[in-house]
Amino acid sequence: MNTATALKDEAHTDVTWQPLCTKADLVAFSGVAAWLETAEGPAQVAIFYLPGLEQELYALEHRDPFSGANVIARGIVGDIKGDAVVASPIYKQHFRLKDGSCVEDDSVTLRTWPIRLDGEKIVIEA
Amino acid sequence: MNTPASPKQRLIIIGNGMVGHHLVEQLVEQGALERYQVTVFGEERHLAYDRVHLSEYFSGRDAESLALSTADYYAEHGIELRLNEAVFAIDRDVSEVVTDQDRYPYDRVVLATGSFPFVPPIPGNDREGCLVYRTLEDLDAIRAAAEHANTGVVVGGGLLGLEAANALRGLDLDTAVVEFAPRLMPMQVDSEGGELLREKIETLGVQVLTERATQRIEDGDTARHRMVFQDDKILETDLIVFSAGIRPRDELARDCGLEIGERGGVVIDDQCLTSDPQILAIGEVALWQQSIFGLVAPGYQMAKAALATLTDGETRFQGADMSTKLKLLGVDVGSIGDAHGNQNPGARNFRYLDQIKQEYRKLVVSSDGKKLLGAMLVGDNGYFDTLMQYYDNGLELPEDPASLILPSSEGAPALGPDALPETATICSCHNVTKGDICASLDAGAVDLATVKGDTKASSGCGGCAALLKSVVDHELTARGVEVDQSICEHFHYTRQELFDIVRIEGIKTFSELVEKHGHGLGCDICKPAVASILASCFNEPITDAAHIPLQDTNDTFMANMQKNGTYSVVPRIAGGEITPDKLVVLGQVAQKYDLYTKITGGQRIDLFGARLEDLPDIWGELIEAGFETGHAYGKSLRTVKSCVGSTWCRYGVQDSVGMAIRLENRYKGLRAPHKIKFGVSGCTRECAEAQSKDIGVIATEHGWNLYVCGNGGMRPRHAELFATDLSDEELFSTIDRFLMFYVRTADRLQRTSVWRENLEGGLDYLKEVILDDSLGLGDELERQMQTVIDNYQCEWANAISDPDKLKRFRSFVNDERPDPDIIMTSERGQLRPA
Ligand SMILES: Cc1cc2nc3c(=O)[nH]c(=O)nc-3n(C[C@H](O)[C@H](O)[C@H](O)COP(=O)(O)OP(=O)(O)OC[C@H]3O[C@@H](n4cnc5c(N)ncnc54)[C@H](O)[C@@H]3O)c2cc1C
Ligand code: HEM
Ligand code: SF4
Ligand code: SF4
Ligand code: FES
Repeated sequence: MNTATALKDEAHTDVTWQPLCTKADLVAFSGVAAWLETAEGPAQVAIFYLPGLEQELYALEHRDPFSGANVIARGIVGDIKGDAVVASPIYKQHFRLKDGSCVEDDSVTLRTWPIRLDGEKIVIEA
Repeated sequence: MNTPASPKQRLIIIGNGMVGHHLVEQLVEQGALERYQVTVFGEERHLAYDRVHLSEYFSGRDAESLALSTADYYAEHGIELRLNEAVFAIDRDVSEVVTDQDRYPYDRVVLATGSFPFVPPIPGNDREGCLVYRTLEDLDAIRAAAEHANTGVVVGGGLLGLEAANALRGLDLDTAVVEFAPRLMPMQVDSEGGELLREKIETLGVQVLTERATQRIEDGDTARHRMVFQDDKILETDLIVFSAGIRPRDELARDCGLEIGERGGVVIDDQCLTSDPQILAIGEVALWQQSIFGLVAPGYQMAKAALATLTDGETRFQGADMSTKLKLLGVDVGSIGDAHGNQNPGARNFRYLDQIKQEYRKLVVSSDGKKLLGAMLVGDNGYFDTLMQYYDNGLELPEDPASLILPSSEGAPALGPDALPETATICSCHNVTKGDICASLDAGAVDLATVKGDTKASSGCGGCAALLKSVVDHELTARGVEVDQSICEHFHYTRQELFDIVRIEGIKTFSELVEKHGHGLGCDICKPAVASILASCFNEPITDAAHIPLQDTNDTFMANMQKNGTYSVVPRIAGGEITPDKLVVLGQVAQKYDLYTKITGGQRIDLFGARLEDLPDIWGELIEAGFETGHAYGKSLRTVKSCVGSTWCRYGVQDSVGMAIRLENRYKGLRAPHKIKFGVSGCTRECAEAQSKDIGVIATEHGWNLYVCGNGGMRPRHAELFATDLSDEELFSTIDRFLMFYVRTADRLQRTSVWRENLEGGLDYLKEVILDDSLGLGDELERQMQTVIDNYQCEWANAISDPDKLKRFRSFVNDERPDPDIIMTSERGQLRPA
């Protein structure tokens, strides 16, 4: 596991921590969307902020795979059996914030990115 | 583990239909692929699909969603799937099957070739536009032919014929059904039932002609074809679908000399072996003890027996029950066992016929009145499950068997789950018994979802869902597991209990409530429910910081999200009255922001396709012109529909528009367990259809009659008369009390109609509480409503004056651009999602 991550970091030297937005842009216990430029092209990212939890920040793909609409950041955040999740606002499937996996359908997973707070800045690894 | 296995046997399955595919799944699940190298031939272009739901192909489902599996599944398990390749011979001398591409050697063959629709030998039956109803391709052909047709005829009034007729009707054809027998569905119903069915179907605009034998089909005068009947009467039509029964596709078996029944069908034994033990047959092509089984469940049972035969298992085919429960052209039809009572000498009947409600029920019972031998239902299948259990399990009938089919306000006296024996079949599609369900629970399942996963129950036609749930609930309770009524995993309270907690303790935020009385982060069930309770109690703007994370996106952005992520904008147009000036503004705003406009059923105008970042500007302009939010996004008061009333209408006795506007302004913004709709009519002619609303008001000479708990939508319910000849003030206070009582006591997402149906004591109880104040709550309810009314503010006006709140209305927090993936095209001169 560890080696795999390390290798990946070496192989993709263009993957870096880049600033995305500021803490003031976030809404506690809810999501906002941000535009992300990466080497592979642009992406839309949903950022969730759960202050007080062990992991406070999460970055997931903003596109809802079931409807094709870019709306994940606008879903309701909650937990299912302790796992923090967001419910798609369109057809209500739940995605785990931790790894993007869909609770209702194992074959579907949203992309996730490492994300953290750097002072007042929110930085993402992409 | 690694010892070289003896070479695999070659198994060929001919036919990739429902049953053939079920066998493949069984082979995979039971590990039989270790012994067999499997090749499947399918004549159709498509991989096995759900023929039972074939008609849904016309109501929006495509081939992909009807498919039972994928090519990947076959590939993954190393099964060779050769679609679009029909087998045309089985050469038993050398054990090879032959197609036009190659010869394939086999060790075992399974015939699963199904059946074909029988087309009666009528001269002219092969004319263009004479079609059948069995495959996706047939349906494509019907759809194509219907494009140039105005009328359609189905020959055959059986189960499939009526399904075909419904499809033709759906394609906007003037439709007729021609049946040779004296009644429709002669196999399932008797003459009374058939007559009732005819009446019901004719009211749907489908013409029914019985006792008609078509002699020939020729060129028509007014339509493409003319059908000439035995009495020289004629019927002209553009399109004909034959549905005169099915015949087994036994040609391969016939040609290679297997034993065939007198009227067709490949003869099989209990192991599904044909007269050549190398060859098996299953599904509709197989003839077992002189019977063909034209349903999918017996076919699946044969597939299981065939698997056992191939793997030296024990399972045998032992016949199957042909009871059916159907909805044909919207009419319930059920048939159980010996429904005609002609297979059991000495059998006695009970019959119940209601020509007003158009319902017919019949019981066939043994001569001693103890056992149910058969039953027939037309018009209401609500009685089916209970009767089926009596029949299937040979349960002793109650003293007065007629009680099982007599109408009672609660439907048939339900047979409690504990009365069912372990062997009772709960799900017939997957042959799941009550015993199987108990086994799943004993193995550790603690909820419905796990039981479904374990047993597959309820994953076929879905007809058993209610029964399954009641059995699971009952068994869980019996095992001491409390069946949970709580709203979700975060609160062990019902909505009503939460409401009382919030009200009594004066809790104002979700975080406070979850801290004191729940746990975890909450979820998309409890958060909006609590938001609604907080709003009903305190009516603070829903966009206040503490409430934002609770709301459904619709409430957060105060607009309804549409399927492509854009929003609709619905300003309030109280009572449906709007000045020309305001109408102009709506048009201008729609033009400026490229919005699609539509007049809704609620007498107002929806503007669709607004981008998130445009919402504040759009509302800014609307509010400037005097509009306010219409709460179309909320579980709250929607609209008060009104007729034009005494101001203009020559029949009107009161000013219905004026009253509608007063009511709408009084209750706008009231958050409730579900949406609330009102209607006000100016006289008894009821042009506003107020009796289909939660609150209906109808003018009388002396004041207003109040109706409550009506509903349109999926399950329409007439509102009930609650109070008569009320003055304006009495009307307001009665509705105040009624609505607040509903808001306080209903479950989440429970409309007034369902709430009322579940209310113990019914309408009388409701009248006592509201009109006679039996609980002494009247004043409190009115006061509470007054608080909500006093605290009303337009949420949009509130939001656009607060820069913090406006921050949310950006597609991206770090970028100005709009979402580039929202793509629109135009249709009928307006934009719509691409
Ligand atoms: C409109 C409609 C509604 C129905 N509704 C219901 C219902 O509500 N409930 C119910 O229980 N049943 C219903 N049925 C019946 C049910 O669909 C059948 O019982 C079931 O499909 C039978 O399965 P099968 O595999 O035996 O035959 P099929 O599903 O017909 O499959 C046979 C397959 O074999 C192929 N084939 C035939 N000959 C060859 C050959 N020589 N080489 C290669 N391939 C060949 C055929 O093309 C076909 O694809 C309905 C049927 C229809 C048409
Ligand atoms: C995602 C779900 C739904 C959305 C987005 C939606 C949206 C709407 C909208 C915007 C209107 C116009 C109302 C107005 O002018 O205020 C409307 C009207 C209506 N809706 Fe829905 N609706 C939904 C679900 C339903 C359901 C499930 C039912 C049935 C139970 C239903 C029944 C109706 C009826 C009957 C009207 C007409 C109102 C009238 O004549 O008074 N809707 N809907
Ligand atoms: S309900 Fe009566 S008053 Fe209203 S439009 Fe109809 S006829 Fe006129
Ligand atoms: S009936 Fe209602 S829910 Fe269905 S498509 Fe129309 S608006 Fe949508
Ligand atoms: S009876 Fe069809 S799914 Fe259970």
